[in-house]
Amino acid sequence: MEYTAHDETSFVRPAEVGEMELYHAKTWLGKYVFSQDAKTIAIQYAGTAIAIGMVALVLSWFMRLQLAWPNTFTFIDPAYYLQAVTMHGMIMVVYLLTALFLGGFGNYLIPLMVGARDMVFPWLNMISFWVYFTAVILLAASFFVGGGSTGAGWTLYPPQAILPGTPGSEAGILLMLASLAVFIIGFTMGGLNYVVTILQARTRGMTLMRMPLTVWGIFVATILALFAFPALFVSAIMMALDVLLGTSFFMPAIMTMGNEANHVGGNPLLFQHLFWFFGHPEVYIVALPAFGIVSDLISIHARKNIFGYRMMVWAIVIIGALSFVVWAHHMYVSGMNPYFGFFFATTTLIIAVPTALKVYNWVLTLWRGNIHLTVPMLFSIAFLLFFINGGMTGLFLGNATVSMPLSDTLFVVAHFHMVMAVAPVMVVCGAIYHWYPKITGRWYHEGMARFHFWTTFVGSYLVFLPMHYLGIMGVPRRYFEISGTTFLPDSAQSVNASITIAALVVGFAQIVFIYNLIVSAMNGKKAPGNPWNATTLEWQTETTPPGHGNFGKELPCVYRWAYDYSVPGVEDDFIPQNVPPRNAQA
Amino acid sequence: MSTETMAPDSLELKPGLAGFFDDWSSDQRAFKGVPWGKAMMWIFLVSDTFIFGCFLASYMTVRVSTLDPWPSASEVFALSFGGAPIPLILIAIMTFVLITSSGTMALAVNYGYRKNKWVTFWLLIATALLGATFVGMQVFEWSKLIFEEGVRPWGNPMGAAQFGSVFFMVTGFHGFHVSIGVIFLFIFSYKVARGHLDDQTQGWFTKRGGNYEEIEILGLYWHFVDLVWVFIFAFFYLW
Repeated sequence: MEYTAHDETSFVRPAEVGEMELYHAKTWLGKYVFSQDAKTIAIQYAGTAIAIGMVALVLSWFMRLQLAWPNTFTFIDPAYYLQAVTMHGMIMVVYLLTALFLGGFGNYLIPLMVGARDMVFPWLNMISFWVYFTAVILLAASFFVGGGSTGAGWTLYPPQAILPGTPGSEAGILLMLASLAVFIIGFTMGGLNYVVTILQARTRGMTLMRMPLTVWGIFVATILALFAFPALFVSAIMMALDVLLGTSFFMPAIMTMGNEANHVGGNPLLFQHLFWFFGHPEVYIVALPAFGIVSDLISIHARKNIFGYRMMVWAIVIIGALSFVVWAHHMYVSGMNPYFGFFFATTTLIIAVPTALKVYNWVLTLWRGNIHLTVPMLFSIAFLLFFINGGMTGLFLGNATVSMPLSDTLFVVAHFHMVMAVAPVMVVCGAIYHWYPKITGRWYHEGMARFHFWTTFVGSYLVFLPMHYLGIMGVPRRYFEISGTTFLPDSAQSVNASITIAALVVGFAQIVFIYNLIVSAMNGKKAPGNPWNATTLEWQTETTPPGHGNFGKELPCVYRWAYDYSVPGVEDDFIPQNVPPRNAQA
Repeated sequence: MSTETMAPDSLELKPGLAGFFDDWSSDQRAFKGVPWGKAMMWIFLVSDTFIFGCFLASYMTVRVSTLDPWPSASEVFALSFGGAPIPLILIAIMTFVLITSSGTMALAVNYGYRKNKWVTFWLLIATALLGATFVGMQVFEWSKLIFEEGVRPWGNPMGAAQFGSVFFMVTGFHGFHVSIGVIFLFIFSYKVARGHLDDQTQGWFTKRGGNYEEIEILGLYWHFVDLVWVFIFAFFYLW
């Protein structure tokens, strides 16, 4: 490879391909609705995801109201309760977190952070959003069909998911399966775009090992999604055939409501294996982007380079690979060969090694850093606390023998909410505050943001910490009512009531958050282009918010990694990635 | 900047493992000289492999877990000519047709890169027709199973109900892939004939300028569909 001897560019290779062709929309519809600009698509994705996520939040209130004050709210009957449980889980995991991290942050940050003008196939990207939107509409439609949405639990286990007696077995389950299939098709279009953009459309000087960890997290999570969603797609098709055509893929010969069901010889465990082959990587599809983003937030707001960048990258890759061989730890009580249980328990515990390594590195990045307690930093620290807590309980549940008595109790609910619900949501909030000045060009309201943080942080602990005790006590999950049992003391009910009060308060804090985002976008103080003094490329754009094509006339050249903070002998405490070595001297 | 722009083919690539590490640790592109669409197709095909992998794994699982006997493939899929049933004859012809279409597709890619417009066009048409023949024979096979042998997705007179379920589902999903491929083969033969790939006309689907690399990308898909058929053939008809 020949290096051209221009002064500014003498450290980077020449461009290998010409400039990306950009599609310039001429109509209002083409600019804002069917936009092919990744940044607009990102906001569409995020807006839709948060909107449907708010529905799921309200559903969780209904569950909590029933648990705290049983049968006081008469509109919540057992069927409605199960529907709320199911839809809350599915919406939060797939339609909110997956779509927000990959469709939202992925679309906005990948092209900007790797120095591309847009995704490699903007048209496909646009279609990807509208297919996702269709999936959300299908999902929301299931609330209004006869029999209501499905109440099978978010895992949709057959045979009960499709047998009469389960809420939504008429039309709800079919709409859920259709919505999932459509979601996967839409996601595949977007996901292929993200992966190819990162692999093949980086700017000059941007090597893989100079990419910010945010991009690494989203990259590996997208690959996981592309390989894990097929299992869900296949199981959705097979279950839909069981319902529609009366096939017996998952349905054994079974009595239902006093009648023999019209099925014979199917294998319900097959569904569980397919579902969790998707379901476990799904946890990391949500967690890996959070890992990546939080690494950048901690490094930027502690003014220190990330500790062990290479280790962090390899940990992300290894966690991603391992996540495909641990799925049956969700099925210990379903029954399996003890040697399988042993295998899956071992792989599960091995995942703790790279994960713990990441936690150490985050803490070591904070250690003796110049920590600014900005709102994004507060959320990052909160993430660490929730994640460590959830990771610790994961060690209990990963062990087959310890997991058995804890299965299907609130301990499990507490564990996965700590580790893959609240922890990633902390990152989502921190990341939204962090990039808000870049996306809107304005500042969020600091007071409201801090109110949002403290209420959410303290409130979430009040919700999920007591659940561990309830779970160890033996309170089962997904039950409509636990009163009248002899093995539970009355105080369990009081704890349930206090959890509900905390959950309601946390929920209202999210309304403040959304109000802040909307109002500040119009009335907030003007923000400068690089308010956090960050090094990554998205903060070095000519205009804020970045225009169509992201960068100015010329694409930036990258000369260094993303973590040059507090470099000795340099005047500023940071050096952006696109500053050539000779300009970086003090 | 134009003076610094290099054409992809002027890249010097190191051979072997050293080249692999060199490419992956470099900037801009991990796969040097590979166009975006081609990289995307490869990743899509890996994702699609997981779909067919899940289908085939599910097929094997239901086959071993069902209690009723599995119908014998050599009897169910036999065709009678003049009274004597010949096992697997139709499927042998179908496989031959599909593999032949892979050959014409490979030739089309080759002639495309030579910018030999009309030969490419006719080879694409031949591939599309062979693919359509395959789908047609599949329709024949399905209708024979449904109307003559009484096989339904929910049951059949020969044995386990799952036989019809997985057969129609998996061959149907594969046939759907072939049909999509045939449609795109016709679209691209039209584009070749109109010279869209020579003039780099902006495509409706991707909004990117067309070129003969797209024929290779289409070829990747087509060969993949053929490869999947080999596995379906082995697992459904020979087991």
